[in-house]
Amino acid sequence: MSRLMASIRSTWEHDPRKDPNELVYVLLGIGALVFPLAVQVATRGSGSFLISQAADAGVYVLLAIGLNVVVGFAGLLDLGYAAFFAIGAYTYAFVASDHTEFTPIHQAIHIPFWIALLVGMFAAAGAGAVLGAPTLRLRGDYLAIVTLGFGEIVPRLFRNLGDWTSGVNGISALDTPTLPVWLNGPWSGDSLQLVQNFKIIDPLAYYVIMVILVAICIVLVSNLRRSRLGRAWMAVREDEVAAAAMGVNTVGVKLLAFSIGAAFSGFAGTFYGAKLSLVSPENFGFTVSITILIMVVLGGMGNIPGVIVGSLLIYYVIFNVLPGLPNMAADFANSIGAPGLNTPSGEYPGLSGEVQRLKFLIFGLILVLTMLLRPQGLIPSRQRAEELQKGVHEDTVIEDLNAETT
Amino acid sequence: MTVEATAAPILRIDHVMKRFGGLVAVDDVTFDVKRGEIFALIGPNGAGKTTLFNGITGIFPPTGGRIIFDGREITGAKPHQVASFGIARTFQNIRLFEYMSSLDNVRLGQHCRMHAKLWDSLFKTPAEHREEQRVTERAIELLQFVGIERHTHTYARNLPYGSQRRLEIARALATNPSLLLLDEPAAGFTPQEKVELMGLVHKIVDQGITVFLIEHDMKVVMGVSRRIVVLDHGEKIAEGTPDEVRRDKRVIEAYLGTQH
Ligand SMILES: Nc1ncnc2c1ncn2[C@@H]1O[C@H](COP(=O)(O)OP(=O)(O)OP(=O)(O)O)[C@@H](O)[C@H]1O
Ligand SMILES: [Mg+2]
Repeated sequence: MSRLMASIRSTWEHDPRKDPNELVYVLLGIGALVFPLAVQVATRGSGSFLISQAADAGVYVLLAIGLNVVVGFAGLLDLGYAAFFAIGAYTYAFVASDHTEFTPIHQAIHIPFWIALLVGMFAAAGAGAVLGAPTLRLRGDYLAIVTLGFGEIVPRLFRNLGDWTSGVNGISALDTPTLPVWLNGPWSGDSLQLVQNFKIIDPLAYYVIMVILVAICIVLVSNLRRSRLGRAWMAVREDEVAAAAMGVNTVGVKLLAFSIGAAFSGFAGTFYGAKLSLVSPENFGFTVSITILIMVVLGGMGNIPGVIVGSLLIYYVIFNVLPGLPNMAADFANSIGAPGLNTPSGEYPGLSGEVQRLKFLIFGLILVLTMLLRPQGLIPSRQRAEELQKGVHEDTVIEDLNAETT
Repeated sequence: MTVEATAAPILRIDHVMKRFGGLVAVDDVTFDVKRGEIFALIGPNGAGKTTLFNGITGIFPPTGGRIIFDGREITGAKPHQVASFGIARTFQNIRLFEYMSSLDNVRLGQHCRMHAKLWDSLFKTPAEHREEQRVTERAIELLQFVGIERHTHTYARNLPYGSQRRLEIARALATNPSLLLLDEPAAGFTPQEKVELMGLVHKIVDQGITVFLIEHDMKVVMGVSRRIVVLDHGEKIAEGTPDEVRRDKRVIEAYLGTQH
């Protein structure tokens, strides 16, 4: 009996599904706390833009955590993830602005931000369920194609349903989120100016809310991963036939993964719309879907801290490093005493122009190199790391024995 | 030694057919498996034994006939439904979740007996926590039962071959079945290992679980089963006690015919 107890205790302690990444979480946590301070100090108080950008990066972190449930946990390839992001953002535009007054509804709707977050989440999850229910019955490859199509259709619908969405112009002047009135604190006065009349104005406020939302999502998704459902996803990803024979409703659990992923995307979309106060069909194209997928794969599919690090890194590269690259190149040419490189001549647009032209090629090269050097992602889950070792270890023992018997 | 087989069959295979295009893999097969017995299905390569298991468990539903389990018709039911009704199986070519630990493989087996809903999993409710603990305890018991508890935390793929076969049995038992289908559980075993495995099969039957096993090697089966059905080219060619089957002319022909 005591042997059984000891055995159980060691199980709770060495569960292979436990994230081996406490250190990453601690570092991320400290980073999130220190970041606003450090930025303000480094920029002598004018770091609002960077803090606002960090809050935007948080949107991508949410998106990546959500897509990780679909791709990393359940092994479903979703190539149209941005569609749910768009649905979340447009949902906010519909339920929290004067816009609906100019649609056939003729009545403005203003739902508080916090409730709108849930509305956006459920709208996207619903869309996910409707799309997934027929598709997930088919073989895995179909899902990739169907989601790819869905990702193309949704922004197009928002662009072309002019009566409802004001088409290419998008919808602007969305409500500024407010803190719930009962939530009193230093921010409810004007002295701090983070929040005026309970309105959330300062980027720092968005940043703080984003950090809290991300933290909550990390806890929830980690719980999922270590639950009955998380185990079922893993099993379905490995061997659907065996999982079904062991009593897992494979279509059901895949549908749940797909909808939960969509819910995250809708949630992030609502926040995004609210912060930007604007939605436009151009912001949700295929590149967004692919960017999020890259974040997940490069960070370490299936592993939450890996996915977070991946999304922050890619966000930083796309929105800070790449735009700055042309100037960096020009400065570099000057500093090595070759300013001639910067002079445009004929077809040649000067070094910065050339780099501007090639920056996505450079981005692509960085990605290819990273994946070649670390195919399992930056911080992979233990399983993924093992799976990618498959070719290295010997499988032949088992196969030989099977061969003997047949 | 075993629980006495009672009259009402636990499984009735009733004129079951399975075609793959032009090939008739199972051809109008009828027999009963009695409650509490160790029942064996034998036959040469390609006889249709695995196909029949796939038909029972809903992986490839039969193209004709009926399958009745515990008095209820389950023909065409989905695999996960069949499992929840109480039929568990192992696979001829081991299908473990290779990158999950032995423990997780067995915990997964309990999936359809668990109650945690999405809400419980998201918020780790106390009920969910208790259930996980219970499931873990049961999984460890089962690993001990099949004798591989020392591999509790090993990835299934890193287990020795024999332990993988045992893990598959533990995972199937985790679904809490009343009927266990074993597809060549002793394939690739040494004679010594085969004896040990048959010991395990007896232990399982002693728990009140009916065992229905496929075996390639007639000698192994003769020792454990009271009743045997023989398939050849999809057809049932014999049914009876080991002695009756061994003396059956068509069985001898079928086996001699394929073993050159
Ligand atoms: N999915 C399938 N599609 C087409 N044909 C199949 C399929 N599964 C089995 N068969 C065919 O059905 C026949 C019976 O195969 P089955 O696997 O049931 O034989 P078996 O009795 O289990 O043989 P073994 O002893 O080799 O395991 C074979 O001719 C096989 O090729
Ligand atoms: Mg077979």
